[in-house]
Amino acid sequence: MLQLFKFKGGVKPDPKKTPSVQMPIGIAPLPPLLIVPLHQSIGGKPNPLVEAGDRVLKGQLIGGADQWLSSAVHAPTSGTVLAVEERLAAHPSGLPTLSVVIEPDGRDAWIERTPLDYTALEPERVREILRDSGVVGLGGAVFPSHAKLAAAKSVPMDELIINGGECEPFMTCDDILMRERAEGIVLGSGIFRDLLKARRVLVGIEDNKPEAVAAMKAAVEKLGENFEVIAVPTRYPAGGAKQLIRVLTGKEVPASKRSPEMGVQCFNVATAYTAWRAIVHGEPVLSRIVTLTGNVEQPRNWEVLLGTPLKDFVALGKPKSDTDRYLMGGPMMGFELPSLEAPLVKATNCIIAGSPSLFPPPAPEMPCIRCGACADVCPHELQPFEMYWFARARNFGKTQEYNIFDCIECGCCSYVCPSHIPLVQYFRFAKSEIWSREREKNMADAAKARFELRNERDEREKAEKAERLARAAAAKAAVKKAPPESGSEALSGDTSVAVAAAAPLDADAAKKAAIAAAMERARQQRESVQPKNTEGLTVAQRKEIAEIEARRAPLQAEE
Amino acid sequence: MLTAILIMALGALVLGAALGFASIKFKVEGNPLVEKIEAILPQTQCGQCGYPGCKPYAEAIADGEAEINLCPPGGMEGVRKLADLLGRDVKPLDAEEKPKQVAIIDEQTCIGCTLCIQACPVDAIVGAAKQMHTIVESLCTGCELCIKPCPVECIRMETISENIDNWKWKYPVVELKRVA
Repeated sequence: MLQLFKFKGGVKPDPKKTPSVQMPIGIAPLPPLLIVPLHQSIGGKPNPLVEAGDRVLKGQLIGGADQWLSSAVHAPTSGTVLAVEERLAAHPSGLPTLSVVIEPDGRDAWIERTPLDYTALEPERVREILRDSGVVGLGGAVFPSHAKLAAAKSVPMDELIINGGECEPFMTCDDILMRERAEGIVLGSGIFRDLLKARRVLVGIEDNKPEAVAAMKAAVEKLGENFEVIAVPTRYPAGGAKQLIRVLTGKEVPASKRSPEMGVQCFNVATAYTAWRAIVHGEPVLSRIVTLTGNVEQPRNWEVLLGTPLKDFVALGKPKSDTDRYLMGGPMMGFELPSLEAPLVKATNCIIAGSPSLFPPPAPEMPCIRCGACADVCPHELQPFEMYWFARARNFGKTQEYNIFDCIECGCCSYVCPSHIPLVQYFRFAKSEIWSREREKNMADAAKARFELRNERDEREKAEKAERLARAAAAKAAVKKAPPESGSEALSGDTSVAVAAAAPLDADAAKKAAIAAAMERARQQRESVQPKNTEGLTVAQRKEIAEIEARRAPLQAEE
Repeated sequence: MLTAILIMALGALVLGAALGFASIKFKVEGNPLVEKIEAILPQTQCGQCGYPGCKPYAEAIADGEAEINLCPPGGMEGVRKLADLLGRDVKPLDAEEKPKQVAIIDEQTCIGCTLCIQACPVDAIVGAAKQMHTIVESLCTGCELCIKPCPVECIRMETISENIDNWKWKYPVVELKRVA
C-alpha cells in the first residue's frame, strides 16, 4: 500500500452527491438548435471555418486552433450553419462571444473517422491530433491537454496522476464516468503515459466513491495495466491538481514551477477518456457528461452535446417550481449563470438548480475579526484575511506580496468565515484588476517603444536626406571645379580651363533650350485645342465679348 | 598636536578622494524622477497636455513647470498616482475624462493620402499612397491625432466596450436592507 501524504487545510462540506448517481448516464435528446462558442478553452481563440448556410457533418471542424495553446472546435451533429455571430456565453459576465449556430438535421451523420495507432506516430503528431480534436481539461479549467503532454527536458516524468478526486459537493460526472466507462479512462491514461514516458500511473479517487474505485481497479486488471488505483481521504479540495499531487506523491509544486518540472503531471479522468476516443476512434470532443442536480425532480448525469442551450438541458431534470437560480460548476467554485440562453460548453461539469431553501441567502457581511480561521483552512497556506484587507483597500501590490496568484479560488476561506465575508469575490476582483492593469501597462510600454522607434526613424531619415543633399551639392561643386573627363587629358593647361568653363555653359544652354522647347510644345498644344464655349454664341454674347476684347486691347498694348 | 592635524588631514583626503571617485563612478544619467513619472503616464503620445509626447510632459512635471492634471487619457487615477509620487495635491482633471477609444477608418471613403499615417505617433496605421489605409486596433492608443489631418473625414473614434476578454470581476457590494 502506497504511503499517502496530507495537504494542509481543507474543509468537509456536505457532499450531497447521492441523488444524482442513482441512475446511469442518460443520453440527452438532440436540441432544436446548437450554439457552439468558438472560444471554449484557455489560450487562443479558434478561427471560424464555416459560414452561414454551410452544411456541416457531425465532427466536422468548425473552429481551427489559431496557435499552439489553443484547441479546435467541432460541429456536435450534422446540420446547417444558421449563423456565425455573437451569442451569450456561459460566463459570469453574461457577455456574448463569437459562436456558430447550427440547426441539426436529425440525421447525426458523421464525418469519416480515422482510428489511429498512436504508437506508430511521432509524439509531436499525437499532440497535434489532440489539439485538433479539441481535447481539453474537462475538470473545469479547460486547459488544452496537448500543451501539458510534454515532459520537462531535464526532469524525468516519475508519476502521471489521473484525477478522479471530484471533491466538489453535488458533482458526480466523473464518478459515474468511472463506474460506467472505466476501460476508456484506463486506455486514455495509457496514451498519456506513453506520451509523457511516465514511470508510474496513479489514479486518485476520493474514498466516498467506492464503486468508482472498484470499477477502475477492475478495468486496470482486465487490461493488464500496472496502474495503482488509490482511494484518498475525502476532504475538499483533494481533487485540486496540486492537492492530489501532494497527497499521492508528497511533492509540493512551488508557485514558480510547473508540475512537469517536479516530474509529475495530472489529468482529469474525463480528459483521459476523450483523448482515447479522439485517437483510437477518431472522434473529436463533441459531448461531455454533465451532472444536473439540486432543486430538480430528476437529478441525473447526462451525456450532452456541446452547444446545447442550457434551457433545453435543465428541462431534462424537471426543475421544481421554487427554483430561482442556476449555478454552473459546484457550490464552492461555481458561479451563478446570468441566463439560461447560454449554451453548454466544455467547462460545464455540473448545473445545480438553486432555491432559497437549498442555498439560503448569505448572512450579512460583518467586519473581519482577524480570527485566522481562513488561514487554517487555506490549502495553499495563504493568509486570506491579509489579502482580503488589501484587496478591499484596492492595494493590489500588497495582495501580490501575499501571493494572491497562488489562490485557486477554492472557496474554503469563504466557507468557514464566521463574519460571512465573500473572500473569494474580493480575490477574484483583485486578480482581474491586476491582470487588466498589467495589460494596460504592457500596451503603454509597447506604444512607448513604437513612439521612440518612430522618432528615431524620423531623425534618421532627416539626417539621410540632409546627407544626400550635401552629397549632391558637393558633387555639383566638384563638377564645376574639376574638368570634364572627355578630351581634357589631351589638352594643355590653358585650354582645359577654358573647356571647363565652357562645359557648364554648354550644359546650361542645353537645359535652357530644352525648357524653351517644352514651353513651345505646351503653347502649341494649348492653341490646337479650341475652347468649346466659343461656338454657337448668341449675338448679345458675341457683342459682350467684343466689348471686353476692345477694353483689353489698349492694356495689352501698354505691356 | 601635529600628529592629530596630520591624521585629520589624511582622513579628509582619503574620504574626499572616495567621494570624488563615487561621484564619477556612480553618476546618474538623466533625472530618475522623469522615468518614474513617465511610467505612470499612459503613453498615448497624444499631446493633449500641450507637450509633444509623454516624455516631454514628464520632464516638465519633474521640473515643476507643468501641473499634474493635464493628461486626459490618464484620467483621475493618473492624477492621483502622480500626486502620490510627487507629494503634490490631487487636483481635478483639466479636461473631460473619456472612456478608452480606438480610431476606425471608413475604408470606403479613404483616398489613401497617407496624412494620417504621418500623424500617428505610434505607427498604428498601415497603408501606402493611393492605397486604402487601416488602423491596427490592438496598437491604437486612441490619441485622436489622426482625425484632424484626414481631408475626407473618414476617421472616427469608437469607445471600447466591455467584452469577454476585458471583463473584470466587480468589487463585492454589500446590499443594504432596510430593517423595519
